[in-house]
Amino acid sequence: MRLPPQPNERIDRSAELTFSFEGKAVSAFAGDTIGSALYAGGRRIFSRSFKYHRPRGLLCCSGGCANCLMEVDGVPNVRVCVEPARAGAQVRAQNVRGSLERDLLSVVDKIGGPFTPVGFYYRTMIRPRRLWPYYERFLRSVAGLGRLDKHARRTNRYDVEHRHVDVLVVGGGYAGVEAARRHARAGRRVVVVDERGGDNPGSDFELVAPARAIGIYEGGLVPVDAGGILYRFRADHIVLATGTIEQPLLFPGNDLVGVVLPEAVRRLVEDWALKPGERAVVIAADDRGLDTTDVLERAGAVVVAAIDLRDAQPTRIEAKGRRGRLRSVVVGDREFACDLLVASGTPQPAYSLLAQAGARVEYDRRRGIFLPTELPANVEAVGSVAGELGSAAIPAASFDGHKGRCFVCLCEDVTEKDVKRAIAEGFDSIELAKRYTTVTMGPCQGRLCHLASIRLFAREQETGPDSIGTTTARPPWAPVSLGLLAGRGHEPAKRTSIHHRHEEAGATMMWTGAWRRPHSYGDPAAEARHVHEAVGLIDVSTLGKLLVQGPEAAPFLEMLYPNRFGDMKTGRIRYGVLETDAGRIMDDGTIGRLSDDQYYVTTTSTGADTVIEWFEWWNAVWGMDVEIVNLTGALAAVNIAGPRARELLARVTDIDVSNESIAYLDAKEALVAGVPSLLLRIGFVGELGYELHFPSPYGEYLWDTLLERGADLDIRPFGLEPQRILRLEKMHILVGQDTDSESNVLEAGMPWIAKLDKENDFVGKWALEHVRERGFREQLVGFEMDNGVVPAEGGQIVADGSAVGRVTSARLSPQLGRVIGMAWVRSDLASEDGELRLKVNGNLETARVRLKPFFDPDGERLRS
Amino acid sequence: MSFLLPCPNCGPRDVNEFAYAGEVTSRPRGAPSQRELASYVYFRRNVAGVQREWWYHRFGCELWFLADRDTLTNEVIRTELPQPGDATPAVEQPAVPDTPAV
Repeated sequence: MRLPPQPNERIDRSAELTFSFEGKAVSAFAGDTIGSALYAGGRRIFSRSFKYHRPRGLLCCSGGCANCLMEVDGVPNVRVCVEPARAGAQVRAQNVRGSLERDLLSVVDKIGGPFTPVGFYYRTMIRPRRLWPYYERFLRSVAGLGRLDKHARRTNRYDVEHRHVDVLVVGGGYAGVEAARRHARAGRRVVVVDERGGDNPGSDFELVAPARAIGIYEGGLVPVDAGGILYRFRADHIVLATGTIEQPLLFPGNDLVGVVLPEAVRRLVEDWALKPGERAVVIAADDRGLDTTDVLERAGAVVVAAIDLRDAQPTRIEAKGRRGRLRSVVVGDREFACDLLVASGTPQPAYSLLAQAGARVEYDRRRGIFLPTELPANVEAVGSVAGELGSAAIPAASFDGHKGRCFVCLCEDVTEKDVKRAIAEGFDSIELAKRYTTVTMGPCQGRLCHLASIRLFAREQETGPDSIGTTTARPPWAPVSLGLLAGRGHEPAKRTSIHHRHEEAGATMMWTGAWRRPHSYGDPAAEARHVHEAVGLIDVSTLGKLLVQGPEAAPFLEMLYPNRFGDMKTGRIRYGVLETDAGRIMDDGTIGRLSDDQYYVTTTSTGADTVIEWFEWWNAVWGMDVEIVNLTGALAAVNIAGPRARELLARVTDIDVSNESIAYLDAKEALVAGVPSLLLRIGFVGELGYELHFPSPYGEYLWDTLLERGADLDIRPFGLEPQRILRLEKMHILVGQDTDSESNVLEAGMPWIAKLDKENDFVGKWALEHVRERGFREQLVGFEMDNGVVPAEGGQIVADGSAVGRVTSARLSPQLGRVIGMAWVRSDLASEDGELRLKVNGNLETARVRLKPFFDPDGERLRS
Repeated sequence: MSFLLPCPNCGPRDVNEFAYAGEVTSRPRGAPSQRELASYVYFRRNVAGVQREWWYHRFGCELWFLADRDTLTNEVIRTELPQPGDATPAVEQPAVPDTPAV
């Protein structure tokens, strides 16, 4: 039932829509909220209370309280009084067993009252201990508000936008808009954030609505929840026009359906043309509250009594009801039959955001409210939040009645009695009592109960609210969904320029850092064998590729690496390992000298960014004449490996590819199938091999050409897994796999890398000297299993019942037909052929130490 | 953390664009004793107050710079590019803090 059209109503009566509540259709107009549409359909009970399951109806109607929480489209705890009605929405009641009208759990209210005082859970359910599992199951089923679908998937997409403005105004009421215009006139860029939608009232500022400021964080950051998007606002100047929050009065029966705050009346009548009741009583402490009598009369309701608390405070207020619905109100010694009670005290300025910004909050004895003072330099408060209020009375902390519960905190069902009891039990500080009773800790976060609880506390302690103080205001000020904070689900993937060829070839892809790489093309063992027998092709575009150039390039690299580079001839390559000053192995790769002052450095696939940062960092200190260019994305790279690699290469390039012309560890620039490439002859996989580095756009072309021209040589692509087998056969380490935060090059078995006699200092030198002096504690060795069992990576190596090492890599080598691996072992065990005992699935298995590569120990095939 | 940090190259930016690399340390010269080495590698002053520290504009210009920041309030007093070169600072308090933390 709607009233005749109201002058400023927000509904569009020509646009009807339908949503469902508990499976039944509810019709609404555009502009309705879910709450107003349900109210129009005759619904008065909107929720059941948290603990006692008492019926609750619309109270504030402004998104402040918890009385209208429902589940909308699977999202629990939606404040339906402000949630716009949308066609097809599925709305359900929450926190009920049965229906809102008949909730089985309301039995708690009827019989459990005396047995469920504050702190009941803490005291009772701990004994006897063995019953806890049953208590727990019961408590879990009744605790909490709303239910989440365990199988729910991401439904909404959230984004984050960073914005910088001159002036940010929070609150688009009269004072906020006024301030916005004032700043706009001074030529500043102004954004106004307001909870309610509406038209931009002018072109002089931007309105973001409906949106809510979540809080004010360090550095003046104001995150604003605008539905699907989180704006992170930074403003040079922040204006807060957050207004006031109406405060309920404390009297027995103050939670009955039909007891409302003035704003609810105004919104129901003026926004949605709904009649809030037939016979109303109004009790208020200020003009704004009393003005609702006019609104009610215009809506055709009878105001049977209007009580101004400024005239006199009644000795008694009590609301009486039946089945949770208001029937009459007793004020003093008079009783009024009514179905609506508008009751409010002095509105409390909504100072939370100001307090978060750093303002102090002080008690105003004259009006009985807390006011913000001492604002930070760039923060301004305007309108009623700054205390611009008319005259108001300070209502009694609570009014007496004969019967019925008097609620301090509606969200958490905390009564006046509970607070008194907590004080009697010794919780005499407001912060402690808050945590014990949970008053102000519910969904309204103290909007409607903070002031009331402090007043009550002060009265019981026989002191003033100013000496009680407030609890700390912390973000979030407005409820916010976790999805909004998490933002969009980013899972960035890097793909090489040859990626699609791998997919077309049916490769199984895997993650290596942010890269997607082929694990294998179906049969890792066969692919590995094929590299030994014929020729294989692998995409190694993921390698980090840096160009280090400048007059001081050589000394720069010599400071960073334990290796020597100055003596390297142009066109030669060296394997290098980066260490920190703690001696820890950071990354490894090859360094090729392209000219006197130009070096081409490769890094591991996942280490490229770290290495560049590392290089740049040291050079920020040293200031050497060196330039570091990251070519990782610009260049693609493939490795042609196997005994027939040379034959293939000869077919696609004009240069002499003989062993004399391009020897092992030579680097040469050449055209390969017409593509300008850098050839690096290196042997990570243990066979004759050439790494080709060339511009990324030619990735697919060169990949296709090599496969095509090598078809009669039986060239086949191989993936990362076969490469791991192949490198293990050569005992080539994988940084991060075979090394950890304790590993250094000496103990990792690569002493030839560290030129400790180098005349210059280098990063990690002292730590290595220290390791050399103290002797080795652990060593990285190879091992060969006696049987065919493959131990788990990370598996323990034991001796005399204690751990003496750990496996870092292990594979079955299809070429050797044996299980091989690498492990860190106590150094006294690191001798060729020494026996190791490995724990595999609870059994002890035997392995033999190997100090030289398993395959081609002297590197003849690499150099062939 | 949600403060702004002025990159010497790009101006004030959200702190999330930067990588923090700890307080500046002083890398020993010559042949440090084990104690000096350990103290340089593992120990930090961890001051409650203004600290000189390394930052890297990772999601920006990729520049390393130094900041004087109050660790109690996150107030950034000054940022500047390191000035390497001719000055040979004392080991105790180098004008150019000279090392990335490990």
